Amino acid sequence: MSQPQATELLFELSRPGRRAHLVPACDVPDRPLSELLPAGALAEKPPPLPEVAEIDLIRHFVNLSTRNMAVDTNFYPLGSCTMKYNPKRHERIAALSGLADVHPLQADESCQGLLAILFELQTMLAEIAGLPAVSLQPAAGAQGELTSLLVAHAYFRHRGEHQRSRVLIPDSAHGTNPASAALAGFEAVSIKSNLRGLVDLDDLRAKLDERTAVFMITNPNTLGLFDDQIGTITELVHQHGGLVYLDGANMNAILGITRPGDFGADMMHYNVHKTFTGPHGAGGPGAGPIAVRDTLAPFLPTPIVARQGERYYLDFDQPLSIGRVRSFFGNVGILIRGWCYIRTLGADGLRRVSENAVLNANYLLARLKGAYEVPYGERCMHEFVASARVLRRERKVSAMDIAKRLLDFGFHAPTVYFPLVVPEALMIEPTETESKETLDAFADTLLRVRNEEAAVLQTAPHTLDISRPDEVKAAKEPILRWKP
Amino acid sequence: MSYIPNTPNDQQAMLATIGVRSLTELFDVIPPAIRLERPLALPPALTEIELTRLAQQLAGRNRSTADTVCFLGGGSYDHFVPAVVDAVAGRSEFYTAYTPYQAEASQGSLQAFFEFQTLIAQLTGMDVANASLYEGGSAVAEAVLMASGLEPRRHHVLLADSVHPDYRQTLATYTANLDLHVQTLPTPAGFLDPADLKHALRDDTLCVVVQHPNFFGCLEEVEALAAISHACGALFIVSYDPISLGLLKRPGDYGADIAVAEGQALGIPLTYGGPYLGLLACRGEFVRRMPGRLVGQTVDRNGRRCWVLTLQTREQHIRREKATSNICTNQGLMALRAAVYLAALGPQGLRETAEACARKAHYTADQLTRLPGVSLQFDRPFFKEFTVRLPVGALERGLLDRLRDDGFHAGLPLGRWYSWLADCMSLAVTEKRTRAEIDALASALGRALTAK
Repeated sequence: MSQPQATELLFELSRPGRRAHLVPACDVPDRPLSELLPAGALAEKPPPLPEVAEIDLIRHFVNLSTRNMAVDTNFYPLGSCTMKYNPKRHERIAALSGLADVHPLQADESCQGLLAILFELQTMLAEIAGLPAVSLQPAAGAQGELTSLLVAHAYFRHRGEHQRSRVLIPDSAHGTNPASAALAGFEAVSIKSNLRGLVDLDDLRAKLDERTAVFMITNPNTLGLFDDQIGTITELVHQHGGLVYLDGANMNAILGITRPGDFGADMMHYNVHKTFTGPHGAGGPGAGPIAVRDTLAPFLPTPIVARQGERYYLDFDQPLSIGRVRSFFGNVGILIRGWCYIRTLGADGLRRVSENAVLNANYLLARLKGAYEVPYGERCMHEFVASARVLRRERKVSAMDIAKRLLDFGFHAPTVYFPLVVPEALMIEPTETESKETLDAFADTLLRVRNEEAAVLQTAPHTLDISRPDEVKAAKEPILRWKP
Repeated sequence: MSYIPNTPNDQQAMLATIGVRSLTELFDVIPPAIRLERPLALPPALTEIELTRLAQQLAGRNRSTADTVCFLGGGSYDHFVPAVVDAVAGRSEFYTAYTPYQAEASQGSLQAFFEFQTLIAQLTGMDVANASLYEGGSAVAEAVLMASGLEPRRHHVLLADSVHPDYRQTLATYTANLDLHVQTLPTPAGFLDPADLKHALRDDTLCVVVQHPNFFGCLEEVEALAAISHACGALFIVSYDPISLGLLKRPGDYGADIAVAEGQALGIPLTYGGPYLGLLACRGEFVRRMPGRLVGQTVDRNGRRCWVLTLQTREQHIRREKATSNICTNQGLMALRAAVYLAALGPQGLRETAEACARKAHYTADQLTRLPGVSLQFDRPFFKEFTVRLPVGALERGLLDRLRDDGFHAGLPLGRWYSWLADCMSLAVTEKRTRAEIDALASALGRALTAK
């Protein structure tokens, strides 16, 4: 039950003199600070943080939490994000003191258990990818992309192929792909989609040349379609001396069914917070490990966990390594959860994840496609993209209106207006952890909503704490912090 | 266990609706040649009881800071995490939500991130803060890239050698293929001498990057460095320790243009290096060049105050290759932890925590440097971390292993990054350390140094 108590801003709840934390009396000689630190370095007073009592603090944040939809409270079919159930056992295990209270610069001898977990995770991710070398360092999918492209850059430089300056990216790709390419020092070149929503081979052929460094592909792609031309695509790219990168955002569809390494990808990233049920943390943290072919392994960031006999150690000895993309080892807390997940499911369980993710998506597609246009494909993999184009044209009801109205019925909205190749896109990914009853309720709602009066939809939501925010105002006169 | 509710009956009914006969048929689109025709070679599935047992066994093979007294720092610190932080971050309404794209269904997260941005602005004295980056190292890299976006004609970056080595490496990796030249300025006396900076600055210097307190624990002459940088038209970027701001002047007070930090100290467990929290704050006029998500305040159709993700035209999902950064997923839950931590401590709690760190660190330094052959490496003021020089070869002869056997993660040997400091280690002392622990460390070090 959502209620307004204590949801004023923290700063408005603040009263001078209130506290929620005490520091023990100092048990070392109480020398004046002026003896310890130069006067010029000291602030006159501490920062003007709010002052709240513990009950105010807890009531504030707990009441705020009730103003969220989350996987634990609502069906959350946010396409491309794989909002599956987050097992509670992972939270308890990741919080074990023997894992959570380990300092990143401890000697290897003093954290053999953790290194064993990370080593095993490297091995398991290599097997699932069909690519032998893994770096667990990247903090999220986008950083995994960047890391891989930096690896590719170093690889080509090492081979003296300095002319390889371009990264080819399908127009249906996530925005992180071109952004990562630019940051890695490449020119991003867009490849068209064909009428089936797949890579336009003619356009790819026309743009492949000796300047091509990498072709980035999301497969299944953001339309939820497996690109069955993948064999031809990877062959073409390799013929031109380029590398194939797999954006692993959609790995939930193909676990144990086909492996990127087996279909010709040379490198890829995982989103542990998606495929291996992170959780998502209201926007992070994630973890974006990458897997690459043997030939690229020397360029991976360091350190990697290595094993000698029964002893695990951090291996920094990689002279061709690109270096680091962050401090310390990686987002270990999320990696531990990913390890828990793969160890819980095993090979058979992972395969069943993909089978049921694809089953659930196709079931929703089958129930909805009579009422909503689905421009690409009679079938899909783990997600599909419907379009509200007709509704828009005939009744001035947009994808956003549908999305907002769903909130009134207790369903989180699908991803909207992405991918860009579908007008008025509604990208729906149910995941395997939802029951048929939930899917039916969601489908029934979408069917019902479609026939509601335009005015009801255009002004939705009607039952949440707030109605639609004025986003134009927010961007035009940005207020990014509270001020007294 | 796959957390799948579908029963065989459900599956049959669903397959019938779809119009296919089997699950396998759903994958017909995948060419047979690339299908995996064997099970993945993975360890067998485990029940929760088995998994828990295995995880506990493996956790038991680590020397955690719960059983080994931690004086390790180097960018990750054993500060106390109040229970309220875990209580709030453990609310699954927060941790099982995603990026608050649908504002009406995400006001809880959005308001919390708006409060986080405000708290970081208050903490640093800067005008605005973003809703988080990955961690301290990529935050430095993002700050330099942001500076480059502000001043695209300048290409020369000056970086103090006293900045965390991981941060310097991260910056080098991020800028490897960009039109930026990073020059590292030596810090043999444990700090960047303003005179050295003055010499190194050029007309095309984009920015100066320092860490304060720095990797050795020493304070930098930030006011002088900022003024000298600005005189040459270069931006001044500082990586700070958030706890130190309970005592030290804030980046906004001494002229920083962009202030970044590792936010782990703000209520985030050590967890072997992550997930942590990248903090980035800057002057107000730079806001449209900032990387990462920003939450803004607005009103709904009824005029009610509310919050949304804003200025998204900076970001990759809109601007693609022209975005200010490639970051998408950030560290939302860690930002929430930091917000709860700062609110729990308040101004007085932060001041007392910082004072306790400073007093205990100085006491520790006093006790250790009484031992023969142990001295402070740098004659510079420090906050909670400091560098000691040990007798020649002591570290190589297993000093730290011995101290670990005595129950201490005693310090961080610096030779890995600085060959001239091969006989040095840094120690960090947080408010958690007690006089008894410090005295015991001094005794153990004394014994270890005189043994054999």
